[in-house]
Parts: sequence; C-alpha cells; structure tokens
Amino acid sequence: MKAETVTIAGHGGDEIEAYLAQPFGKGPFGGVVVIHHMPGYDRSSKEIARRFADEGYIALMPNLYSREAPGASPDDAAAAARAGGGVPDERLVGDVDGASKHIKSLASSNGKIATIGYCSGGRQSFLAGVSLQLDAAVDCYGAAVVNPLPAGSPVKMAPLVDRVKDLSCPLLGLFGEEDQHPSPEEVAILEKQLAEHGKTYEFHSYPGAGHAFFCVDRPSFRPEAAKDGWERINHFFGRYLAS
Amino acid sequence: MCTYETEHVAISGSGKGASGWFPLSAATVYFDHPVHAPAEHTLNVDFLNPERGPSARVAVELDPASAVALARAILAAAETAELFTGTALLGEAQVPLSRG
Repeated sequence: MKAETVTIAGHGGDEIEAYLAQPFGKGPFGGVVVIHHMPGYDRSSKEIARRFADEGYIALMPNLYSREAPGASPDDAAAAARAGGGVPDERLVGDVDGASKHIKSLASSNGKIATIGYCSGGRQSFLAGVSLQLDAAVDCYGAAVVNPLPAGSPVKMAPLVDRVKDLSCPLLGLFGEEDQHPSPEEVAILEKQLAEHGKTYEFHSYPGAGHAFFCVDRPSFRPEAAKDGWERINHFFGRYLAS
Repeated sequence: MCTYETEHVAISGSGKGASGWFPLSAATVYFDHPVHAPAEHTLNVDFLNPERGPSARVAVELDPASAVALARAILAAAETAELFTGTALLGEAQVPLSRG
C-alpha cells in the first residue's frame, strides 16, 4: 500500500491536512472516510486507515483539528480543540464531504464511499450519514446520538435521533453492552427508530465490552469483540462498497 | 465517553514543555479519556500558554484519587506560602475541594 499526508479541501473550501492510505493498483476501489476519535489524528487512527487500505479500500482521514492546531502533535491539537468545545457539526460534515470528493477524484476510486468513526467519531459517522449521500456508514459506540450530553457541557452536540429519516445509506452499529454512553437503552431506541423508518441497518452489541473496545492500547480493549467487529465491518464494506 | 466538560483557570507561572520553559497563562482541568495513562478516564490538567499555540502545553493525566491528593498537597503548600509571605491565598482555593 501507499500511505501519505495530503492536503484536501474541507468545509468552506479550507485547506486541511488528511492521511491517505490506498492499495497499489488501478482499482477500482471503494473509499472509506475514517473519522478520528476525540484524542485526535493520532498513530492508532492512522493504523486504522492503513488497515482499510490493506483490505483493498482507499482510506482517507481528515485531520479535524487542522484549523485549531496546524502542525501540532495530535495530543496537543486534541487538547486545544477540546478546550475550544470540540468540532462543530456543520464543519465536520463539510470536512467529510471534502474527503469524500477527494477520494472520488482519484482514478482508482469506484465512486462508492463509506464513513466510519469511533467514540465521538461514531456519532459523527452517523451525522455524515444523515447529512450526505453515502453508500455505507459505521457507528462504533457513538454517544449523544439519542441522549444529549450532560447538562453544562460547553460543546454543542445535539442528539441526532430525530434525523434517522434522513439516513442516506445502510448503517452498521457496533456497541458494548456495558457502555453507558451510549447505553444499551439508547442503542435500543436508535434501532427502533431505524426499523420504523424502514432503514437498512445491522447492530451488534457485545457482552463484556464497554466503551472503546476496539482500542488496542487502552484497558477497555476487548479482543473478542474487536475481532468480531472487524469481521462485521469487512463484511459490511464488502457488500456495500463493491464495484 | 468524551465528556467535553472542562474547568478553565487563569494562572500565572512557568512550565517546562517539549521545547523547554515557557510562561503559563491558563490551565484546563477535565475528566476524560487519557492519551497515555492506563485507564479509560483520568483527571487531566493542561498547563497552557494559548498565545504560543497548542504545543505550549504541559499535560498530566492522573488517577482521580491521586489528583485529589495532589490538590490537597498544593493547598497544604499554599498554607506555608501564606505564613511565609503573609498573603491570604486559600479563601477561594478551598471551594473546589469541598465539591467532592
């Protein structure tokens, strides 16, 4: 594969940094926009992008903190973005849209695009799915999709469940049964809404797993849930991103 | 989860970061995911100089109990500072610890 840092046009035409990982060859390949978690555009998130390239997809991960902290290390950039209240939803959608267009502009693209995100990125992947025309979206334990953030939170992150009707693509949801954000009750409410609106979706909740069970460098890592989750993701993308 | 809840404090002093010493003007305190500490959530403190950009930061990620112990130790040291300087320091500083 080939992996490199590139510049793309994000929300409002802003030039932002992004990490592009893609297979060698003419393709055509499906595209995956990787939405990094709140700790930032970090090494583990870049590993995820490379994993998708290894699976045969063009993976592009915009640095959502490009504006707050150009050139800063990922942890410093995340702290600056956090202190400022996080990434506004409108800007996130614009950055994901820019990443999607960048992938489609590549000669090896088959024109199909999925989003995937973890933690805050899970919510943002769902947000992209209800805001943009996509071919698939994956929400890995995204909070604040059904319930709002606790009162007093300085960040503007409204629930999205009332936008289920706008979901443009099949949705894969991967959750931990021991997670409280989102709780199993919230996951059930979201699933019910998807069913009532006739959306194509696939939800899996893992016993013994809480939040962030994919994170290999955290105590929350649950190998069995993560392995099964990766298989679900590969199968899902294989179905909806094929040429 | 990503809590995003953050206490902002104006401070005055100096900190030593990746590029050496620099003046500090702000601190943020929050309970959220760490970058490095082996826990799902930690009590994090960033000592900052926003005018110098995001990299002007000294970061610590603490187990919450040890963070409280540290806060009490700071207050104990501040008592010494009061006696030494004759300046009243602790009137407002005791408020945050009484919350928890």
